[in-house]
Amino acid sequence: MTTVVEAPAAAVGSRVVMIGLVGGAVAVFVSANGMVEAFSERELLDGLTLGAVLLLSIPLLVGYVAGRRQPELEGFATRPPGWRNPATGLLAGFISGVTIGAFVLLIATVDLRGVLLNVTPELVRDDPRILTFGLEPGAGAGLLVGLFAVLGGLAGAIQVLPDLWRRAVLAAVGWVLAFGLMQAVVSQVLRGLQQQLRIWTEPLADFLYDTSGALSIAGITVVAVLGFCLQLLGSRKPRALVNARLERLTDRSRRIVRVAVLAAALLLLGLLPQVLGSFLSEVLNIAGIFLLMALGLNIVVGFAGLLDLGYVAFFAVGAYTTALLTSPQSSLGVGWIFWLAVPFVVLAAAVAGLLVGTPVLRMRGDYLAIVTLGFGEIARLLFLSDWLKPTFGGAQGIIQVGDITVGPVGVRTPQAFFYVIFVFVLLAAYATYALQDSRIGRAWMAMREDESVAEAMGVDIVTAKLSAFIVGAVLAGFGGALFATKIGSVFPHSFNVIVSITVLVVIIVGGMASVPGVVLGTMVLVGLPELLREFEEYRFLIYGALLIFMMLRRPEGFIPSKRRAEELHEEEIAQDEWLKTQDTGSRPEPGSRPEPGSRPEPS
Amino acid sequence: MTDPQPLLSLRGVSTHYGAIQVLRDIDLEIHAGEVVCLLGGNASGKTTMLKTILGYVVPTRGEVLLDGRRITGLPTQRLVGLGVSMVPENRRLFKRMTVRENLEMGCYLRNDSEEVAKDFERVFALFPRVRQRFGQRAGTLSGGEQQMVAMARALMARPKVLLMDEPSMGLAPVLVEQNFEIIREINEQGTTVFVVEQNATMALSIADRGYVLQTGRIVLSGTAESLLSDQRMRTAYLGEL
Repeated sequence: MTTVVEAPAAAVGSRVVMIGLVGGAVAVFVSANGMVEAFSERELLDGLTLGAVLLLSIPLLVGYVAGRRQPELEGFATRPPGWRNPATGLLAGFISGVTIGAFVLLIATVDLRGVLLNVTPELVRDDPRILTFGLEPGAGAGLLVGLFAVLGGLAGAIQVLPDLWRRAVLAAVGWVLAFGLMQAVVSQVLRGLQQQLRIWTEPLADFLYDTSGALSIAGITVVAVLGFCLQLLGSRKPRALVNARLERLTDRSRRIVRVAVLAAALLLLGLLPQVLGSFLSEVLNIAGIFLLMALGLNIVVGFAGLLDLGYVAFFAVGAYTTALLTSPQSSLGVGWIFWLAVPFVVLAAAVAGLLVGTPVLRMRGDYLAIVTLGFGEIARLLFLSDWLKPTFGGAQGIIQVGDITVGPVGVRTPQAFFYVIFVFVLLAAYATYALQDSRIGRAWMAMREDESVAEAMGVDIVTAKLSAFIVGAVLAGFGGALFATKIGSVFPHSFNVIVSITVLVVIIVGGMASVPGVVLGTMVLVGLPELLREFEEYRFLIYGALLIFMMLRRPEGFIPSKRRAEELHEEEIAQDEWLKTQDTGSRPEPGSRPEPGSRPEPS
Repeated sequence: MTDPQPLLSLRGVSTHYGAIQVLRDIDLEIHAGEVVCLLGGNASGKTTMLKTILGYVVPTRGEVLLDGRRITGLPTQRLVGLGVSMVPENRRLFKRMTVRENLEMGCYLRNDSEEVAKDFERVFALFPRVRQRFGQRAGTLSGGEQQMVAMARALMARPKVLLMDEPSMGLAPVLVEQNFEIIREINEQGTTVFVVEQNATMALSIADRGYVLQTGRIVLSGTAESLLSDQRMRTAYLGEL
């Protein structure tokens, strides 16, 4: 017999109401700040605009979260999934729906434009009545309540499914959304593949997307089925299989496999810009420049623990050095080739690193952050100043920055530029790995932990700090040099604090001190916004929301370094260990364990 | 003491924090092979004395000599190379690094990898628990284990003199006793030890000599036996009436 110890009904109820209200608030927020309207320009899925998808994804999320099975606790039995999951989902969706419905009625009767600029008449009052899908406010509010409740219930019902199937459904939804959002990329890749490799892929693009660029019904079906099946088949078994195979190989053949994989990856990356075409290559290039900076800042913040908020200064120094030396229009007027300028970029960035690093040697934590923030602004203001206008051109900046040349050939297309950036990024990634395991890497780590004890172990704090600043500055300097030659001109306003913040957010969200994490962070936070121009206006709103979410749910970042993951989940790990020891021991009340069937599979 | 040259000595050392004088005219000698303890209550200047020796603070007057060489004002990171190692108060391990990495930081400046390997074996023999916890992060260890790692880390530098700041702090009485036994063992293996302690009975039980510090001044010094039997000592520090 199983004793079912349940949370009191009132607690369950208030949790559902809470989730529903939060969902409602988010729905009102995205409607009132203009996101829904701005996004309704674009048709995402056949007949559904991006704005509608955004709005309707809220009850799905709300229902999914509210309908979630109670977490397994020692001594508590998990209730087997049943009608309660969709019911709680439906209730939460309904509450969200009532909230947004009330908002619809409110803005239909009261003009809020004086306060909320983005609450336009087009939302509810005049055609096309975006929020109410074209209906009159009253009917529209009712429709929203109904839709939200139904979608919430549906999402809650997903929780009834066994784990494997639930994940497959989620994967299908995720794939559809991703393919819809990434229409430009997908169709470009399919087209590019046909052009480059003469594979028959272009008609596939026409099949998936209709003329307006929305995922067609057929496309939705195919993508969903694909996502569903791949998740069903691919959940970790092949990976385990591959790993097991690798285990069995000898060291030598394992190395051969590794080299082959690396070669294949390089080949693919080599083909990538050709397949992607010039626009997408341009996006990759922008991301690549930020990646270079992020790898640099990762050394300063992630390894050495020095929170530098003025990192953009080094980026600017690299850019201006390149501009001065390669532009015939600059005050120096020497018009060198790019590669000749590179050693000077290194030198200038290193000097800048010393200049910023030296005065802050004795500062730690918050103080360091504030002072470096100031340095970043000082750098920008110096480049802008009248005082240095003869050298740096003030607000007019420096134009006609020289192109990169390889032999006699100029690197002009984004596709060609990709290779140059790729080489620099590879260099930075290699440097990161090499430094991580080096003596100085150890010294940085120890210094980050406890400066004065590290000193007593013989670590020269001055050298360690300055070298971290210099390595970071040089990488940012490279980023600046590439930026200047890519754009062809430098202006002070390109080097504001937002650049520093973006780079910092990239490494926090991606995963501090982890190269794959930094790469992913750059792609998501820098690459994606370039692709999804609709989001441009809301970029920092989304950054902020993402940061909050990450800090609450996954403070170690998307792909954390192993070390940080362990640190941040120390208690959970300790708890698991403890539970393991409890499992092997005798239990006072075997009946209080959940039934084996209701225990979710470990994820 | 008749030994001509002490290993470590302070001569007329005074240290200030701003206008506040913390150490007043300290004379202190530690000879090679000794265990010397420095006793004193809270705020008597014990930790400042260590900080002065280690170069974290520079004395306003007087000098610190190591093997007859003046080390006053040398930067802290130079001292470990000269043979001065420290076990800081509260252990202060690099908590997010593994035990192994902590020990490797201990021999950060050494290049003689064969000798380092011997020293690893030596600390494993002294602290079998350290070997068991080798790959674990230092922050996850118990207090007693952390103390062992802190001592092992300091020994990895193969110091001439080991400075210990309150090794008994925050440890269970059983562990404190074990701890002091190990200190004695370390000393028997040839390392000179300077222990700063509040637990006077414990410290004097293993020490050859002791100094008593009160508000920045040395008020009493002598062999461990003479201190243990000193009437003032008994009332002030050994809890007898």
